[in-house]
Amino acid sequence: MRLPSQLRALVGGAGEVPVEANTVRDAIIAVDEAYPGIAFRVLDDRGALRRFVNVFVADEDVRFLDGLDTRLEAGQTVSLVPAVAGG
Amino acid sequence: MLSLERHLRDAMIATCIRALPDEGCGLLLGVRESERSVVRDVIASENVLHSAKVYEIDSKVLLRAHRRADEEGLEVLGVFHSHTHTEAYPSPTDIAQAPDPAWQYVLVSLRDVPTVVRTYRIVDGAVSEDEVVGH
Repeated sequence: MRLPSQLRALVGGAGEVPVEANTVRDAIIAVDEAYPGIAFRVLDDRGALRRFVNVFVADEDVRFLDGLDTRLEAGQTVSLVPAVAGG
Repeated sequence: MLSLERHLRDAMIATCIRALPDEGCGLLLGVRESERSVVRDVIASENVLHSAKVYEIDSKVLLRAHRRADEEGLEVLGVFHSHTHTEAYPSPTDIAQAPDPAWQYVLVSLRDVPTVVRTYRIVDGAVSEDEVVGH
């Protein structure tokens, strides 16, 4: 899983952490178990993806796939990218 | 301090003018040298909100910018966007949504002639203006 600079402090500074999981949701939970705090930044209190976080599998935004249920294949990269927005 | 060459400043302003009547936006790619952020490239994005009041960078442009930064040893230094009818100062929405304290938040005001370009740091909701230097 690739992490944005704002979340790297939670994993000791690394830009990428390895994870074994079948879906995007499982990947987030697995990374959170190893490095607590990640899931809170990505998921809301109902377990849905936060509005201002984009999650990509390879090059596809999971909002255009199966969301958090998007299945992962071996070797794929899940990228967390905070949305950049304003007024 | 934000170091921004003239042609990159012009590219940023051109992106904002093309987006009219909506706000224009994009990302700044470059290197950080101690207190100085040196812009190497300006990456235009569609404003996916298509609005004159709010903007959001296309998430794919964002992903590609981060990837290109990693590949080329650069960093995403910050974001620029335009205010079409107000001054070049972060709005309450900009301040509330600022995701990265290390970023430069560049405002392009198309209200003013000539166009005003200013940059800010936004740390925990506190806004401080930073200096833009050209070449």
